[in-house]
Amino acid sequence: MNIVVLVKQVPDTESLVQIAADGVSIRKDDVKWIMNPYDELAVEEALRIREAKGGGVTVVSCGGPKAQETLRTALAMGADKAVHIQDPAAEGADALGTARILAAALKAMPFDLILCGQRGVDEDNVQVGPAVAERLGIPHLSFVIKVELLDGRVRGHRVVEGGTVVVEAPLPALLTTQRGLNDPRYASLPGIMKAKKKPLEVKSLADLGVDPATVGAAGRKVVVRALKLPPARQAVRMIGGETPEAVAAELVRVLHEEAKLI
Amino acid sequence: MAEGIVAVTEQRDGTFRKVSYEVASEGRRLADALGTTLTAVVMGSGVDPLAAEIQQYGPDRVLALDHPELADYRVEAYTEALAQALAGDPPALILIGATVQGKDLAARFAARRDAGLAMDCTAIELRDGAFVFTRPMFGGKILAEVTIPEAPRIAAVRPNVLRIERRPAQAAVAKPALALQGIPTAVVEKRMDTSGRIELTEADIIVSGGRGTGGNFAPLEELAAALGAAVGASRSAVDEGWRKHADQVGQTGKVVSPTLYVACGISGAIQHLAGMSSSKVIVAINKDPDAPIFAKADYGVVGDIFQILPKVTEAVKALKG
Repeated sequence: MNIVVLVKQVPDTESLVQIAADGVSIRKDDVKWIMNPYDELAVEEALRIREAKGGGVTVVSCGGPKAQETLRTALAMGADKAVHIQDPAAEGADALGTARILAAALKAMPFDLILCGQRGVDEDNVQVGPAVAERLGIPHLSFVIKVELLDGRVRGHRVVEGGTVVVEAPLPALLTTQRGLNDPRYASLPGIMKAKKKPLEVKSLADLGVDPATVGAAGRKVVVRALKLPPARQAVRMIGGETPEAVAAELVRVLHEEAKLI
Repeated sequence: MAEGIVAVTEQRDGTFRKVSYEVASEGRRLADALGTTLTAVVMGSGVDPLAAEIQQYGPDRVLALDHPELADYRVEAYTEALAQALAGDPPALILIGATVQGKDLAARFAARRDAGLAMDCTAIELRDGAFVFTRPMFGGKILAEVTIPEAPRIAAVRPNVLRIERRPAQAAVAKPALALQGIPTAVVEKRMDTSGRIELTEADIIVSGGRGTGGNFAPLEELAAALGAAVGASRSAVDEGWRKHADQVGQTGKVVSPTLYVACGISGAIQHLAGMSSSKVIVAINKDPDAPIFAKADYGVVGDIFQILPKVTEAVKALKG
């Protein structure tokens, strides 16, 4: 079974995000970068499938030079090889542009199953997985918390509002991962050492036959006009009282009479 | 600009999800502002009652995509049906609810049409005749204003944010023929929670708990029952195994926008604050007066949730009689 995992490097969710001077991008200096947490689930699931069924796990990322750290992390977790699509012309791609690049890379490699996070926790587009599947002309199952491999088919347990729906698709297929799927392993020290020797191939858009005008900042369908911080709230109003009863009564009174919420 | 607004509704088992009324109402407002028409799309198998119901929200035309292959949601079938029904000149804007299903469908359909998609919008404005979409990124730490210069344009709108407005209309219902063969996927099982719990992303009020609950959510459940609220949880409460992943609010969980968010024993990690900061009013109850949650709250109570919450529940019950 050939499994390909699409990974992205994103700012740590515990970090503050600051708007850059251009007003349309975020500050990239003094940010801690991590593997997108949903993509970690995808790497972990791929490793478990390989452990159970055999085969190989290739991780693919499109990003600047730093994205190689995330690929090395996936290799240290246990992936077999990595492909890094790195090209200045790919920078600033929107979700469709990124999907176009990733799909072009996938067309050049064997795959039975593609896994990726349901969204990147940076731009929160929730688009790249389904868009890659569409460009490859294969089915996809999104928001999956359990994967079952049958003969030539895959079952994904999809989380929807208020329940779970089990959907079956023929392979090859793409699955996007949701929290609850597994607990990703940490890279071990021997794993980190081994990862340094695992193959990591760097490719340009030209290598993939992708026209730079259709991707990157030039090919954006969605144009960012401005980034803003959410409006600040007024200072908190503390509610006190002599007893829990008094505090509760005042809180309920305020929510009822002033905020008119209950 | 291309003509017409299309609002794609969502139903499950013959009942509209609330976001359907939100996209239809927003579609009507935008169509009025542009002096153009609103088409409401209903999808499923046996959707006549829904095609009638959606007329309460003011469409000029209803497009009923009615086919046995659309009985259960499968993205390939829904994408194909939508692509067939909306073939030809693209409308000015296609609206869809950013639910689990709507995000999935919007993403695949956008790729099919090579269309710009503004995902999970919280506001749509017209400025100088162009749509400006506001969409939170980084779980809500940043708000992006984006445009989509060329049609087709798709906006998936966050549930529970846009105003519902009834505007009874008499719209013609069109039922285009659909060719849906060879759909590769099959729904083999549905396990739905029938307890009537309120979905977090649709809830008006959320009572949420963190590490400070010590795993005891009973007082939160009781307050939620009294308020008609949903119960959420912080990542640490989920990581401890106290609550299901589906209950998690935050940058790596659900991003919610209720009118009232009651944070109980939640210190206020940045990734949690990101997921609930678009709540209209935030109440924080925490033992630690220095907890970061108080900086994001409108009302704060320093105290023990196990002493205070039962009294709040009593007071709410007394108020509601």
